[in-house]
Amino acid sequence: MTAATIIITVLGVTASLALYRVIFGPTSWDRLIAVNLISSKVIMIMVAAAVFFERRIYLDVALVYAIIGFVSIIAISKFLEGEGTGKK
Amino acid sequence: MFFGTLGIIRFPDIYTRLQTSSKCDAAGAVAILVGLMVREGLNSFSLRILIILIFLLLTNPVATHAIARSAAIRGIKPWIKKKNVKGE
Repeated sequence: MTAATIIITVLGVTASLALYRVIFGPTSWDRLIAVNLISSKVIMIMVAAAVFFERRIYLDVALVYAIIGFVSIIAISKFLEGEGTGKK
Repeated sequence: MFFGTLGIIRFPDIYTRLQTSSKCDAAGAVAILVGLMVREGLNSFSLRILIILIFLLLTNPVATHAIARSAAIRGIKPWIKKKNVKGE
């Protein structure tokens, strides 16, 4: 059991536990919160893999994933704000 | 990071889930990334991890606030503990 195994296993297990809220969430905002949490955990897994396996390209992938996740969260929450009311 | 997922699964309301998710993102991500930076030492590798860390610190509260604002505008009421009927 090295440190890389422990970190990546714990993060992966908790990310798949948060998937419960994505599937059974009562409202759309619950699903949005859980997706935000999972994307944050995936960024952590990418950075840990980049450090422990000496792959520098994973850090750029993690940065781009963080930017796209942030923009999508903002866009979906602005969409849910006016959904069904006819306003923009 | 584990307790953030536990709060996501167990808590009864959007706003409480949002609070645990935000704490998990901020504190857990900062701890893991600072630990990896210290392990790596001073080079361009840890500089990129610092960039990801600053980006996460800037964007996570913004995403959390956007989700809470859209839920509040659509009229989601905060969860209130039910009163004990027999005691009154």
